Amino acid sequence: MDQLKALSIRLIHAAILLLAVLVLNFSMMHMAPGDVADTISQSMGGADEAVLERIRADYGLDQPFLVQLGRYVGRVLQFDLGYSFFYNQSVTSLILDRLPATLLLVLSAQIVALLLGVVLGVISARRPNGILSHFVTFFALFGYSAPVFWTGILLLIAFSLKIPLFPVAGMQDVTVEGGFFAHALDIARHLVLPMLTLASIFLALYSRLARATMMEVLGSDYVRTAKAKGLRPRDVVYKHALKNALSPVITLAGLQFSAVVSGAVLVETVFSWPGLGTLAFQSIIARDTPTILGILFFSALVVIVGNILTDLALRLVDPRVGGRR
Amino acid sequence: MRHMFKHFMAATAAAALLATSAMAEEPKRGGTLVTVINSTPRVLNPAVQSGVATGFPGAQLFASPLRYDDSWTPQPYLAKSWEVSEDGLKVTLHLVENATFHDGQPITSEDVAFSVDIIKEFHPFKSMFAPVTSVDTPDAHTAVINLSKPHPALMLAMSGQLMSIIPKHIYGDGQDPKNHPRNNVDVVGSGPFKLVEFKNGEHIILERYDGFFMEGRPYLDKIVMRIMPDSSARAIALENGELMLAAFEAEPTLINRLSKVKGLNVTKEGYGGVGPIDWLAMNTTKGPLKEKKVRQAIAYAIDKDFILKALLRGTATEAKTGIHPDSPLYDNDVNNYPLDLDKANALLDEAGFPMKDGKRFDITMQLAPFPGYKPQTEYIKQALSKVGIEVTILSSPDFPSWAKLMGTLDYDMSLDSVYNWGDPVIGVNRTYLSSNIAKGVWSNTQGYSNPRVDELLNMAANENDAEKRKALYKEFQEIVTEDVPIYFLNAVPMHTIYSDKVGNPPMGIWGTSSPIDMTYLKE
Repeated sequence: MDQLKALSIRLIHAAILLLAVLVLNFSMMHMAPGDVADTISQSMGGADEAVLERIRADYGLDQPFLVQLGRYVGRVLQFDLGYSFFYNQSVTSLILDRLPATLLLVLSAQIVALLLGVVLGVISARRPNGILSHFVTFFALFGYSAPVFWTGILLLIAFSLKIPLFPVAGMQDVTVEGGFFAHALDIARHLVLPMLTLASIFLALYSRLARATMMEVLGSDYVRTAKAKGLRPRDVVYKHALKNALSPVITLAGLQFSAVVSGAVLVETVFSWPGLGTLAFQSIIARDTPTILGILFFSALVVIVGNILTDLALRLVDPRVGGRR
Repeated sequence: MRHMFKHFMAATAAAALLATSAMAEEPKRGGTLVTVINSTPRVLNPAVQSGVATGFPGAQLFASPLRYDDSWTPQPYLAKSWEVSEDGLKVTLHLVENATFHDGQPITSEDVAFSVDIIKEFHPFKSMFAPVTSVDTPDAHTAVINLSKPHPALMLAMSGQLMSIIPKHIYGDGQDPKNHPRNNVDVVGSGPFKLVEFKNGEHIILERYDGFFMEGRPYLDKIVMRIMPDSSARAIALENGELMLAAFEAEPTLINRLSKVKGLNVTKEGYGGVGPIDWLAMNTTKGPLKEKKVRQAIAYAIDKDFILKALLRGTATEAKTGIHPDSPLYDNDVNNYPLDLDKANALLDEAGFPMKDGKRFDITMQLAPFPGYKPQTEYIKQALSKVGIEVTILSSPDFPSWAKLMGTLDYDMSLDSVYNWGDPVIGVNRTYLSSNIAKGVWSNTQGYSNPRVDELLNMAANENDAEKRKALYKEFQEIVTEDVPIYFLNAVPMHTIYSDKVGNPPMGIWGTSSPIDMTYLKE
């Protein structure tokens, strides 16, 4: 009962927070000069003023701020994210169209970065002064400090142009014929470069953190005890030490979930990946308020789900989390 | 220069080829052209939305009454012939009889009348059909457009993406045509290609319409338009062959790089109709810029050659007036303000702004949020400091913020690029008419007012005699370049880049904003 109550309080808090985020963002968007009618006019190469007035009236942009805000919040409370002025589509359908591409990109990048980061971190922690360790450190710092769009373009030049292994952009080649397998393979080929680009940032974080915590754990008493009782070094590292070294990494990975949209914007733009990141970027430029707020709403949801998943994962590696047992 | 040379070579080669064999190269049927657009279009229906993103797919999906050849002469399209009455108040279109929409319904004069109504009411360019009072439909294949006054701009307004014939039986169902669901899905068009799929942010796929009324056309089976906002990615995709054609590329370094790539061709042709011009806009309503002499001095202080050769790397054609250099109405003989600092200083002295401690006055310049304007803006700041004008550069975070400043005359100077859209009545007049001052972005944002200019533009708008009309526009261009509300710099260096595999790439005056039914793949 207590747990249920705690959960419902958390959910209510989340809902209030979400609403506050929407109201705040709506107000900030409203404060900037100009509106979506201007960007529609831009996309049309200029428009007669009467046409713009009509667009504003159609979308209710000529109404006072509070009326617009009230209407928007009213709709959101009915689970309606509204209508994109710029794309003439319902925001929900726009987002649902784009969400799978982003999830595919971000999740695969996260998984690759996490696995590779932990493995590299552990290996370099075992021999902190070995060549591999220096190599990992260098590579991680390089990946972390280089701007993602630059990494992306370099990868493109290397592996699409000089050695044409992967396609340049997009998520699929529409000229590919064949069944499910052919299409999946096609999408996988398109995924490699953007995924590596995005993973390069996370990889640095995870491998550095894994290396540091692993080194700390390897110096602790119970590891010494394990070694002293004659266990194989490999077992000590992978069975005993790793579990304890993992929790900070998993916590960090959970936090990185918020990067679903933010981190993907640049990578998606460089690779013309049809995901939420490009949509967010374009809607901000277009001042398409309903779409921007809709994306914020969805990314907030993803963060919440991400946090729950992180919590679950932590319980798996560390039974102490979650208390009372 | 290098790519101009390349053009010349290509032209000579083509001429030689034509000379040796009369049937130079027979266009082939079939194949998929993979091309690109830079942003997702809002809608695919050009009757309610203009702009180049809608234009490329829109002109393939929908046919217009006329099309234009390379020499700005109208050619039959949906209208097999047309007449203009003696008094210029009636334009009669004789439609082809076998034309059908993509759902098989015949295209009739009713659809033409309906399309004119919709465009007149919803298209952003009001001047295109403003003098149209009604459209008569004496029979299914004759449409008579009645005008309140002669309106020569109608000819260009009936071509390219400007007058798409849309089906009355689809869009006449009472729903708002601007936000009609069929603008993006299940589009029933009248053009050479029909819509297969439109995925926002991803691609548009078009397929040959077998019922197209022009025998044997289009040549291509399919067009895939990928949506790729990043120019470096587009360049790499062109280089490795993933894209066969890209239009509206305007980055000088990118154009020069791709012009050297084997298997790729680069051309400036195909942009005369859209007619984009980069210029320095000046607010003539306040501060020192109120003075004509100050504005002339600014023009004399800027080295246009430096902008063309060093900043734009020779990719752009010079523009001396507000009419695109490709247009037959362009006047090449106006005062071009060659770099002359002495003259600039003298003019500023005369205007009453003497040099004090190396400085005459302060002024601001907006950095417009368009890609590639930064070098020019910084150069102009530096150039004007030589004659004692201290420029402070202010940058707007995004388009609406900048548009607001321009549209309300809340600025001193800014670079801007404005498109002609065919006839001057459509895209040129808006910048100079005193009745259009401060009506939002790309109106008369200079606050410029000259009664003679108003008179000339209004006369030219109703002058059906081509020679007389040209003379009126000549005088207009002379006055405007003398008054310098705007210092004209260059045609925006838009280029079409295409692979050797592409035959008959889209050129003419409308480029990709007109049907590419004659484009084919060589193998």
